[in-house]
Formats: sequence, C-alpha cells, structure tokens
Amino acid sequence: MMATPTATGQFTRMRQWRSTCVLLLITAVASLTTSLHAADITPTKFTTPNGMTVLVLEQHFLPIVEIHALVRTGSAYDPPDKAGVANLVASLLDEGTTNRSSKQLAEQFDFIGGSLEAKAGEDFTTASARVLKKDVDLGFTLLADVLMHPAFPKHEFERVRSQIQGEIASDSDDPGHVAMKAFNQLVFHNHPYRWPVQGTEETVGKISLADVQNFYAKEYLPNQMILTIVGDLSVEQATALVQTHFGSWKKGNPQTRTTKKPAAVEKKAVQLIEKDLTQSTIVLGHGGISRNNPDYYAVTVMNHILGAGGFSSRLMDSIRDKQGLAYGIMSHYDARMLPGSFWVNLQTRTEATNQAIAGVLTEIKAIRDSPVSDQELSEAKSFLMGSFPLRLDSTAKLAQVLAQVEYYGLGF
Amino acid sequence: MNSRHHRHLSVFSILLSLCLWAGTSHAAEPHEYLLSNGMKVLLVEVPKAPVATVQVWYKVGSRNEVMGRAGLSHMLEHMMFKGTAKYPKGSFSRLIRKNGGVDNAFTSQDFTAYFENLAADRVELALEMEADRMQGLILDNSEFQTEREVVKEERRLRTEDDPQGALVEALFAQAYLSHPYHWPVIGWFADLDAMSLEDLQRHYDTYYSPNNATLVVVGDIKADSLLPTIKHLFEPIPKGPSPKATLAVEPEQRGERRFLLKREAQVPFVMLGFRVPNYSSDDSYALDILESILSHGKSSRLYQSLVYDQKNSLAVGAEYSLMQTDPSLFYFYALVNPGAKVEAVEDALYREITRLQNEPPTELELQRAKNQVEAAHVFEQDSNFRHAMLLGQSESIGAGWRRVDQFLERIRAVTAKDIQRVAKQYLNPDNRTVGILIPQPPKAAEPQPTAAHAGKP
Repeated sequence: MMATPTATGQFTRMRQWRSTCVLLLITAVASLTTSLHAADITPTKFTTPNGMTVLVLEQHFLPIVEIHALVRTGSAYDPPDKAGVANLVASLLDEGTTNRSSKQLAEQFDFIGGSLEAKAGEDFTTASARVLKKDVDLGFTLLADVLMHPAFPKHEFERVRSQIQGEIASDSDDPGHVAMKAFNQLVFHNHPYRWPVQGTEETVGKISLADVQNFYAKEYLPNQMILTIVGDLSVEQATALVQTHFGSWKKGNPQTRTTKKPAAVEKKAVQLIEKDLTQSTIVLGHGGISRNNPDYYAVTVMNHILGAGGFSSRLMDSIRDKQGLAYGIMSHYDARMLPGSFWVNLQTRTEATNQAIAGVLTEIKAIRDSPVSDQELSEAKSFLMGSFPLRLDSTAKLAQVLAQVEYYGLGF
Repeated sequence: MNSRHHRHLSVFSILLSLCLWAGTSHAAEPHEYLLSNGMKVLLVEVPKAPVATVQVWYKVGSRNEVMGRAGLSHMLEHMMFKGTAKYPKGSFSRLIRKNGGVDNAFTSQDFTAYFENLAADRVELALEMEADRMQGLILDNSEFQTEREVVKEERRLRTEDDPQGALVEALFAQAYLSHPYHWPVIGWFADLDAMSLEDLQRHYDTYYSPNNATLVVVGDIKADSLLPTIKHLFEPIPKGPSPKATLAVEPEQRGERRFLLKREAQVPFVMLGFRVPNYSSDDSYALDILESILSHGKSSRLYQSLVYDQKNSLAVGAEYSLMQTDPSLFYFYALVNPGAKVEAVEDALYREITRLQNEPPTELELQRAKNQVEAAHVFEQDSNFRHAMLLGQSESIGAGWRRVDQFLERIRAVTAKDIQRVAKQYLNPDNRTVGILIPQPPKAAEPQPTAAHAGKP
C-alpha cells in the first residue's frame, strides 16, 4: 500500500502480495455460496474454441476495465540449472512483438494513461492491462499482442537479462530478501521452489535466448490461460473483444507436469549469514501444505491465531507488544499448487537475537501443546469470514481473486 | 494488510500519492460538514461494494516537533493503540478484526492519520472508538518504555539497515537547515531515548482535538443517515487549543550542497533534491507535468535514457511533492547498474534536466503527461482507501479538497513553455542537494553463507 519505488520496496510488496493471496482464497471458498453471490460477483464463465477460459464480471461504477491474463506456468517449471527462465520470459513480453517495438508498446500504453504489468510467480504467471473504458479496444490489442506475438529481440534479451542480474545484486542489500533466499534453499532442497522466481546471478547467466523462446513456445498456449475481464463493459462486448483479439491463437499441447512434491526436511538446520547491520533478520520454519490439502482451513485458522492475524496474533502480542523485540513479526503458511512452506519472520536488534528466537519457539510449542481458546477460535473465524468483502474492493483485486479461484479449481 | 502496524509514511511514499492528486468528477462529490466544535467531516457515498474506510486525520506531523524531540508525533501514533478507560490496551484492533476489519495508522512530515477498513454496516463501531481515543488516551509509562523499543526496531529496519532509506534521511537533513523537514519522521535514536511521557502528553493535548482533525468516510454509506451518528459521537468533544499552523520558511539555498554516504552495500544510489514550491504556487501544476514527462511509464525520458539506452541504471525516477504543508523537494533518484559509473549516472540526470531547460517538450509528450494525470485520477477512485487519503491529505496540509477539484483544469492549461520555464527556474545547480551512496566492501570476510549444519538455534 505505502509502496516505495526502490528495489527493496518491490520485494517487500511481492511477499506481502503472496501471503495476502492465501487469505483471499480461503475466504473465497469458505463463503462461496454466500458472499460471492451476496456481493453479486459471480462471473460469467465460458471457454473459447481455442481452449481459453474466460471470466467476465461487469462493474459499472467507474469507467475502467481490468484485463487480467493468468498463464498456468511459472518458475516451478524452469529447466533444471536455469532458474529464472519463466521470469525472463514474462519480463520480455512487452519488450518487442512482431508488430511493435519495446518503445512503441511503452508509448502506446503511456499515451492512454494505462498500465501493463507482467509478473511470473512459482506456479503461475500473470499479465494485466488496466485502461479507461474508452481505450478498451486498444487495451485488448496490446495485451493480445504481447501474449501472442512476443519477438524476443536479441538486444532486448541481453539488456533485460543483465538488468535482472543487477536487480539480484541489489536485492542483497535487503536483509529480508537474503534471509528468505537462504531459507528457501534449505526447506525446498532439490525442488524448483528453492530458487527465487528471478533466479540467481549464476543461473540467469546460463539462460540463452533459445531457452526463452522454447519456454514461451511450450508454455504460453491459449488452453493454458485464464482471461479475466472486470469493469465497465458488457459480457457481450467482452466476448466479442476476446474473439477478435485472441481468436486466432492456436491451441497447443500443454506440457505434462512431472514436478514432484518437495521432500520433507529431515533434520534441524541453522544457517548464519554475517553482515554489518544493526538487526538480525530471522526466518524460521519448515515445509508446508498444498492448496488442496484437506487441513488447509484448519491450518489457516491456526496460523491466523499464531502469527498471521496482525495485532491480535500471539506472536505480535508476545514478541512486539510485551517484549518490545520487533517492529513486525508474522507467520506464513504459503499453500501453493505443490506443498509450500511455513515460516515466521522478524527483525530484532542483534543482541536480542536469542531471546527473540526463544520467544518464537515458545509460541510455536504452545499452539502445538494445547488447544486454542474458544474466544481466539471464534474471533479468528469471524475475521476470516467477515473481512471477505474488503479483499474484493477494487477492480484489480477482483480480477486477481476470480482468476485464482478458477486456477485452483475452487468453483464459483 | 501487512504485519507492520503503525507505520510512518516514508518520504518516498508520501510523494508517491502526489502524482495522483486530481479532481473527483467521476465519483460522487464529498458531503462536507463542519461540526460545532470545529471538526471537518467529509463523507463520500460509493455504493459499488458493501465496504467503507473510516479515516481520522490530525494536522500534526514531524513539522510540529522541536529540535531534540524528533519523532514525537510518530511515537504518539504508536501510543494511540495502548488503550483508553473504555477500550483497554489491545482491544481496539481486536474489536475491529473481530468485526472483519483491519486498522492501522501512518505519520508523515505534515499529518498523522488513523484508519479502519471494514464492512459498511460496521462503520459506527470504528467511529465510536475513534471518538473515544481522540480525548481519552491513557499514557502509561511502562507501555511507553516497551513501545519505544519497538519504534527503535522500526528505525533500524527502515533507516539503519536500509542503505536507500539512510540516503533519503540524509538528503532532507542537508536540504533543510532550519525547517523541521530537516529531521526524519521516525526521529533520531537520541531523541527517542530523550522523550518522556510528559512530552507525549503535551503533544496529545495540543494537537488531538476536533478542531485540528478531519474525519473522512468513503464507501457504501448514506451521508444523511450517518451524519447524526457522527454528531452524536464527536460533538460532545470540546474544542481544543488552536496550535500554530505556520512555520518560518527555510531560507533560500545559495549553492549546491553535496554529500556522500559510505556503508556496506552492493549497489550505489544517487539522489538530487531541488527546493520547489508546494500546491500554493501556480508553478506547481507545471512541476507536476514535468515530473510526469520525466518519470511516468517506460516511455518517460529518464527511463528511456538511463535504463533503456545508456543501461547505467536499474531504476530511475523523479518525484514531486506538491501536496505538502510547506514547500518541499522535487527530487531525482537512480539505482546504479552494477558495473556502471556513478558519475555517468549523475551526468545523465543533468543532461536530461538541461535538455528540458533548452527546449520545451513536444506536444505529444505534453499530451501524454496530461492523459496520464487524468487517467490516474479515475483509477485512484477505484480504491475507497486511496480516495479517502486524497481528501484527508488535501485537508490536512491546508489545501482543502475543493482545490483538488480545480486541479485537472489547471493541469490541462499547462503549456510546453511553462515546463521549460519551471525547469530553468527551479532545477538549477545552486538550488540542488546531491547525495550519493558509495557501497563499501564488507568489513569482515565476504558474507558467504556458512554451510548449513545440524544443531539447535
């Protein structure tokens, strides 16, 4: 929300977004039959002849349209030793198509005051265009162009790859990023989830233009895509626009997914990274669960009480409010398509490091050893269900949630 | 919502909201009321989703502090969650969350604001609790001692251990010598240590009163039916003192100021700050468009030149803070691409400035910038929270929300010659403060991750 334009800030934003997502989805499911209908946000859904899933939701309060494409591919499907391909492909989509140069794309979007954002994640990649209603045709034209006809010019490939390597170096100035990167390598050993989505300086260096072209050709198919359109247009208009702009895209054969679940961590591991800083950044956790695990809801409520529930969580109460050891502390259960991870993160002054770790372990033990109180349980549930409409209060958020409900197969 | 309750707005983030300052012609007009005790109320009916945001804005920020007590406003913001007789410590946020809402607060140089985002049928609960803590705060010494440690952790996180945050802090300290924009919103360590409960009490008594506050509610509400509730809750609160609103202006800068920050880091960072007028000057509209031409979107001049063509920067931008109580900075920043020279980046920034001084922007660029401002103004209203922020901020800095309405018209009137004129007048070397972060190698050995080993943490 209070975003900063620095590289550091962007990383923070990304992490927050991911954890928010988890919450979004549980609540979406918990109250599908009630809130989704009550709030009148059940989209019209259809499949095009070339296999694209399309969701349309009319919202007429403001003259804006969000066109959100979700492609069922991400860094989890990067070739071995080439972590970062999915991200590089997404970053190159708007750097030149067979119809427009990188600069022409930027000029056309900027002239209408619109925006285009493409972003790879572990499991899926999104590309969203946001435009004023009067520019909706151009919005579709440009989004379809970058998704269907990226040219991957060699000079743009070289430039963007070197840019990403620079960003990776810059991320080393963010202690939170450094700690999380190390944590993922321990908890997801030998699994694609172990790498940052952007890859590492070493793996990105190994990626060739052919890798990018191959990944795109195999993974970007209309029948691998969920296109969500939310805003000030009718379902009929949206349907016609989809046909006009995406109708000629040829269906293909989706890749068979052979990625296995991450193996369990077998023994306790501690990794220390020394830097000249005033605080220790601590990330502590273990493997987690997948989105379709039957325990998903119980885990979500438990995690809310432990450390995801903001001010009212046990960790915040103990570590921050009672002991004054940290500004922020949070626990995360990141459920993905494959089992994700569980972690607690905080920063504390160096000399308090052991006290803070002991405090976190005490709270984890307490929630394992005895049931939570009835009051905690009912308050957690009432927040998780009651906050549902807040998560859908903007066009962009609505489009994201609808796309993910479809992606995880949760049903409308 | 993230885990960081009670944040203060970083310099970057305050400035970010500015480019979106624009009129409200597409959405409902605010209903404006002045309560008998002087509290301003702005209500906007947005029936698109069953939610609302409640925000209480106080005209107090780090500009209202004195030397030796930097960070007092932000510290008080933290203490505002420590309870009243009616709602003891911890119950504020717990009650809001139990009702499906989220709450937080932020402090800037000019204001402190508290908010609750929640279902529209729970607005009354938020109003009731905000009215209660406007006067009923209990300042407890042991809570203060603990919270001071929390704020010091926040300072370590944002400034001490964040090279770019540290450079921003130093830039303002150099650009402002006598005006309170000199010190950071979060305060210096020594000032945080020197603060007393009495300081907090005096600050609270001086600034937390209805006549120094603006209440904004945006969402699925009906102004007519909500107003009686608001009157019932807030009008019994007596009018408080009238704190001094104006400060002595910072004297004119005569000559470039330049500094280096050397610390362990990977990537150099360059900042240029130019002292410019705020919203109260007619030049602010041209400066706003100038910012857009330089920095909005991938087709903007700075991105095309430094990131795309010369490849010497990872990120680059310009920010103009027109929506501040006192004149602030028009500044440039560039995150240097490893391998590129810092001097080359600084020179490239100067070349872009000189280009604007020597020739006006093209009509196409001017139109693009205006289209961007107009579109941003529509997108802004997609979020109740941002919409309410815009209103609260414009009231709190003294501009008033009605000025926001005139903004688009004034923006449309800006000419290419105006852009060239303000570039010449303000972006000149004598009016400039330059700060450069020079990364130092690690003190100890290279920070190689040690091999993972089994053991107890």
